[in-house]
Amino acid sequence: WLAQQATHHRLRTNRLSPPFHSSLLLYSSHLPIQAAENSSSSIAISPNTVESRHFSPLSRSHQAKGFPGTSCSHRAASPALRNLIFPSSLCFQMASSVISAAASASPSACPVTDLLKGKAKLGSGNVGSLFIKDKGNPFLNSKSCGRITMAVAVNVSRFEAITMAPPDPILGVSEAFKADNDEKKLNLGVGAYRTEELQPYVLDVVKKAENLMLERGENKEYLPIEGLAAFNKATAELLFGADSPVISEQRVATIQGLSGTGSLRLAAVLIERYFPGAKVLISSPTWGNHKNIFNDARVPWSEYRYYDPKTVGLDFEGMIEDIKAAPEGSFVLLHGCAHNPTGIDPTPEQWEKIADVIQEKNHIPFFDVAYQGFASGSLDQDAASVRLFAARGMEIFVAQSYSKNLGLYSERIGAINVVCSSSDTAARVKSQLKRIARPMYSNPPIHGARIVANVVGDPALFGEWKAEMEMMAGRIKGVRQKLYDSLTSKDKSGKDWSFILKQIGMFSFTGLNKIQSDNMTNKWHVYMTKDGRISLAGLNLAKCEYLADAIIDSYHNVS
Amino acid sequence: MWRLQLIRKPWRCFSTSAGVRRWFDSVGPAAKDPLQAVTEAFNSDPFPQKINLGLGAYRDEQGKPLVLQCVQQAEEKIRGCNLLDSVSAPVASATLVEECVKLVYGRSVNVVKEKRFAGVPALSGTGACRLFAEFQRNFFPESAIYLPDPTWTNHHNIWANAHVPVRTFHYYHPHLRGLDFAALIDDVKNAPDGSFFLLHPCAHNPTGIDPTEDQWSEISNLFKMKNHFPFFDMAYQGLATGDVDKDASSIRIFLEDGHLIGCAQSFTKTMGLFGHRTGCLSLLCADRDQAVRVKSQLQRIAGAIYGSPPVHGIVLLSTILGDQALKSIWFKEVKAMASRIQSMRAKLRERLELTGSSLNWEHITKQVGMFWFPGLTPEQVDRLAKEFHVYMTPDGRMSMAGVTTSNVRYLANAVHEVTKCR
Repeated sequence: WLAQQATHHRLRTNRLSPPFHSSLLLYSSHLPIQAAENSSSSIAISPNTVESRHFSPLSRSHQAKGFPGTSCSHRAASPALRNLIFPSSLCFQMASSVISAAASASPSACPVTDLLKGKAKLGSGNVGSLFIKDKGNPFLNSKSCGRITMAVAVNVSRFEAITMAPPDPILGVSEAFKADNDEKKLNLGVGAYRTEELQPYVLDVVKKAENLMLERGENKEYLPIEGLAAFNKATAELLFGADSPVISEQRVATIQGLSGTGSLRLAAVLIERYFPGAKVLISSPTWGNHKNIFNDARVPWSEYRYYDPKTVGLDFEGMIEDIKAAPEGSFVLLHGCAHNPTGIDPTPEQWEKIADVIQEKNHIPFFDVAYQGFASGSLDQDAASVRLFAARGMEIFVAQSYSKNLGLYSERIGAINVVCSSSDTAARVKSQLKRIARPMYSNPPIHGARIVANVVGDPALFGEWKAEMEMMAGRIKGVRQKLYDSLTSKDKSGKDWSFILKQIGMFSFTGLNKIQSDNMTNKWHVYMTKDGRISLAGLNLAKCEYLADAIIDSYHNVS
Repeated sequence: MWRLQLIRKPWRCFSTSAGVRRWFDSVGPAAKDPLQAVTEAFNSDPFPQKINLGLGAYRDEQGKPLVLQCVQQAEEKIRGCNLLDSVSAPVASATLVEECVKLVYGRSVNVVKEKRFAGVPALSGTGACRLFAEFQRNFFPESAIYLPDPTWTNHHNIWANAHVPVRTFHYYHPHLRGLDFAALIDDVKNAPDGSFFLLHPCAHNPTGIDPTEDQWSEISNLFKMKNHFPFFDMAYQGLATGDVDKDASSIRIFLEDGHLIGCAQSFTKTMGLFGHRTGCLSLLCADRDQAVRVKSQLQRIAGAIYGSPPVHGIVLLSTILGDQALKSIWFKEVKAMASRIQSMRAKLRERLELTGSSLNWEHITKQVGMFWFPGLTPEQVDRLAKEFHVYMTPDGRMSMAGVTTSNVRYLANAVHEVTKCR
């Protein structure tokens, strides 16, 4: 049989050698013993005999290393390997079936791909034919099949145990919306700006900037690790104000990041490295991805109270209490403006008090600014909270994103800024941020950075951008007003809907609970997230009345 | 209504005097990234004949960066396209992954036809490797990664930052200036079964030394016996020999042998898309269902690092690879780049031999790809920079892409000068 194997088995050139023969012999000689003893859950295989002979000094010349499958299937008993290759149950199933099948010797062709696809039943005896002398044995006839089939126990993917990642809740909303055929349907799950016609909007200034860039024919060389210098300068000035002391004193370490997410992640790694054990306090609720970012960066977090369902407003006392109660030196994650998902922002006076408490407790403020200019329409107004803290001389982290205010969602352009006590410190912090970015992606993508730099750097384009932001923010304010008007005129219960007007930005917490939100979807074909959040970006004036009807119905008639 | 008294407290002024906590005093300055340090030193050097051989970026005969024809045409094609609609980005991503997978594994292999791969666009090679490293840490928390010695320096950083322990295996034989195959095989054998190995499929960075086809077959064989996981970092497909299929032959050997491999692909150098950060990470799976699950996990991990990958590069790359005409143009252009590099290798070797140097310069034309690894000492590297204004990475790796017919003679003389007293 071995001689047959040797001649018929067509491996790549000159593969056969004594080790191959002896190991095959060993393997086959073990089989009857194993089959007899074998029970489903454990295979007592003595690794010694097979391995030591198998791994006897192999010559350094180019000879075949023998029977690929042997060592591993026999070593399947070793726990380390078991964990690495595939879960024990599968491992043992595979190995035991191979072995028992070998004993039963039923000749039939069984390519390994069938096995992996589950077409071949384990233990059915099909697999066993691979190891039995038989002219019909596919192992003998085909080159690649042979190599694979011999290693069947080896080559089952080690990803067997990997489960599906939890679905993105917001994506789920969009998909359900797409599948709905009702013409009245409304997608209020979308976190991206839509026009009155409910279409995605590419800002005019972006088109102009891109044309400029194309005409200039700029090369596509690597950016430095910290990103485009012109962008970094522009973004810090936009945020803090060009005449801010933090800028003139060079106390800000700014590096370009991949939108808000990427910038937050850089900061998270810095925190984990230089503030080991420090916690990040995040609002309850907050943007879903915040938790993922800190979890993956191994930064512990806890929540501070934020949303008060009774008032559909800010639980300010709870917020202050929780920030006070946190261990000194915690990071407090704050939304600079247009809180996501509630749309509820502190008032200027409340911001002062928050800053007081943070200073008292020696916490570090960490702003996530994703909507500067998009919330109120004014870049300066939307940066007021950050500037308030900077004016107090505090050391601050600020992550920025240009996804919404410049509509550059998929270009992934943002920045992480760290305000430090001195320019020297800022230089050091910047160097460490670069050190974090290099093994993450080496250097950031160029396109979005160039767009921002071009728009901000050209006075005409900059002016046009401000106008477009005002337009976008204006449209959102417009639909808020219309929605509020529709609600107050249609709802006779006297409920106060003014929170719609007090909230700001793309999102609004309606105060509807999960069941009520489901009713919105099931009865009214209004798609939103289960926490009661609606995206005003997905609403237009024409649909406000319909939405008002849906909200009133869900609020009053469903509980 | 909140009515707060706005009391002016002393520590509200913006001076950074006492009372303001200074958090970052313990943050030391990071060591400069060696490559960036080289570039900076080069940029500040006023010497007119200076040569920058540090960065592995292609330069044309005039020493200028090249925007490829296929890229320019693709830019024109997508000009004015609305990349924001919900359809284009996902479609472009799917096209990109499919085309990348076909390019590296071959279009007719079963695993491609049956879609038994989990593939996502990645932030170039670095991003793809990092994504895999994070995936490895998440799902194989006890595992380590074996890197060749030497390798691209950032490989070490990537896996270390992902908190995956790093080990090395022998690769470069300093005396032979070739592959230390025996030691490599030994290390592969001695590694615990089921270890994760990073392999350069062609144009090894920094040595330019690749295993022969027979040697690859043997490595593949041994990997099967040891059940090791082969992870390929493909950064130079097309730039090594000029032929994209030939450059992928090592991967195809592993595929034929039935390995379920992982592959990081970068197009920064082969397509000149440096600033766009486009690449792909693919993992071969047992079946389609598994591929869907694994992909979902890769996307989840990426979601917490940067959300989604930048669309411009994705659309560019998918446009080029997805369009037969553009792709053919690319094949020609990458072949031309490879040829120029090969001719520079030949010229450099010729020039060095003409200097009357007693040393053997054969390895210049034997090494493959963008880099020349002459095995210089740190002192020699330093002299080349300080005395001759020739810049390279501290390990003595020189990018042949920076060599032109106008500077090759100067370079040869400089190298001869620092090596002749050996």
